[in-house]
Amino acid sequence: MTALVLVELDGGEPADASLRALTLARSLGDVNAVVFADAVPQDTLGRYGVTDAYVIETSALDGYAPQAWARVLAGLATETGANAVLAAGTDRGNEVLAHLGAITGLPMAANCTLVTPDEGRTHRLVRHRWAGLLLEDAVMEAPVALFTVATDSVAAVSAETPSSVQVHAHKPELAEADLVVQAVESPAGTGGASLATARVVVGGGRGVGGPDGFAPLEELAGLLGGVVGVSRVVTSEGWRPHKQQVGQTGTKITPELYLACGISGAIQHIAGCAGAKHIVAINTDPGAPILAHADYAVIGDLHQVIPALIEALRARRTP
Amino acid sequence: MEILVCIKRVPTVGGKIAVTPDGQEVDTRASGFSISPHEECAVEEAVQITERDGGSVSVLTLGPEAAIEQLRGALALGAHRAVLLETDGREFGPIATAAAIAAEVRAHPYDLVLLGNEAADTGDYQVGVRLAHELGWPVATGIKSLAVSPDGVVARREYRGVEEAYSLPLPAVVTVKEGINLPRYPSLPGRLRAKRAAVDRSSPAFGAEGLRKQALRVPESSQQQAEVLGEGVDAVPSLVRVLEEWGVLS
Repeated sequence: MTALVLVELDGGEPADASLRALTLARSLGDVNAVVFADAVPQDTLGRYGVTDAYVIETSALDGYAPQAWARVLAGLATETGANAVLAAGTDRGNEVLAHLGAITGLPMAANCTLVTPDEGRTHRLVRHRWAGLLLEDAVMEAPVALFTVATDSVAAVSAETPSSVQVHAHKPELAEADLVVQAVESPAGTGGASLATARVVVGGGRGVGGPDGFAPLEELAGLLGGVVGVSRVVTSEGWRPHKQQVGQTGTKITPELYLACGISGAIQHIAGCAGAKHIVAINTDPGAPILAHADYAVIGDLHQVIPALIEALRARRTP
Repeated sequence: MEILVCIKRVPTVGGKIAVTPDGQEVDTRASGFSISPHEECAVEEAVQITERDGGSVSVLTLGPEAAIEQLRGALALGAHRAVLLETDGREFGPIATAAAIAAEVRAHPYDLVLLGNEAADTGDYQVGVRLAHELGWPVATGIKSLAVSPDGVVARREYRGVEEAYSLPLPAVVTVKEGINLPRYPSLPGRLRAKRAAVDRSSPAFGAEGLRKQALRVPESSQQQAEVLGEGVDAVPSLVRVLEEWGVLS
């Protein structure tokens, strides 16, 4: 059995989400990697058990073009006799595998957390629905299984014994139609990205009361070296921009601390903050659903508790 | 500009999500239904485009007859025509869904088809892309900003702190994400018009797919009820101690 994995790079090294995909791929058989770059992160790929890496240099295909990337995967899957093609469950991973599914006519399962080969062409799998709030047990019957790996469920674990990686320069055959849609990249403003990687997130919900109520949350976030995130009701009301939304339709966060202030804890919000290591809720309602997901709670009005907390943190800093 | 927007009827889940005893569906006895969030923004985007540049917005859903409720919701937001691709209650997979939508698109001269990036419930992340391939049209996904001109669209999204811009000739398929706009509340005249509007109906063929659902379940959670540190400002010293223990205070 051979699995072909699209490996996305982040600063020259495999992205964390791709390492998770490589980890899952090892349970399926030999692992081959596809990298769109001029340099291959050979050491890391070897540590994750990759035996062969196919590199598509920028001279052959420059920049991100989803359909072209899928065409490359389709060609390599045939060439290597792959039984499965995997990608990380990222925007790009899901997009490229959707194209691959459309090109080949094969089914594609997005955001899997477990895949087990069964008899013949069958795989049993578990995948996310509702952004991970529900799990679906499913069966996939296909000559080549296509799936993406949920970015927050499978842990990235290196192989027991590293492998030596054979690097192959691959020249893809692309049609003009594959290159019609191509990304032109430019630096983006800050916002969503820093929320996704922040160590501390101070969350504000309906309880903040309005667009003018966020100053204490900003101040607290500043003191804790973190950023402000908000619930969906806050962005739907237009109190804060959508890029600050934590949730199924916003950003998924993974901080050390999530301080949820005046947030009831709708399930769509939990989908975004369940990856936090520690959660503290500040809420006037002891029956709020957020308490079922938090480690600790303070029952009270955030408009009183947050200023007091700011004062206590300031006093702690002053010797 | 003739625009088709594809929407999906999904359960409105509040503080809890539960599965029916047979493990096949989300338990909706205590919840209503709504338009999947990304798609509500797709409707708003289409309405804004036609308000500015002229043309019309058709809204389509594939689902049971009850999904007419969501079609009327989209009409109340400003869509002009509604199409129900009626199912018998079985869950169509992404391949059959894309094929059914493609048949509607082939029968009408649309310039642009908008969908949500992924449905809130099934999260398949592929119907828009499969539809584009069926039609031989270009597609961009996960879009947070859209500029339309007669020559084409420029669609933008952010990825790992980088802005990506995609230029697509028309006709095209674009899938959008919540945040591309702030959907309006339906007006009273809009709601009245929606109530009276006719709905075009057809019944596409169901096709079994290679990926088959066996059961749904709620993941086992390690979470438990929070320990209450105290009430109001009196709890602040305990809260500071907890934060110290966790090492989040520098």
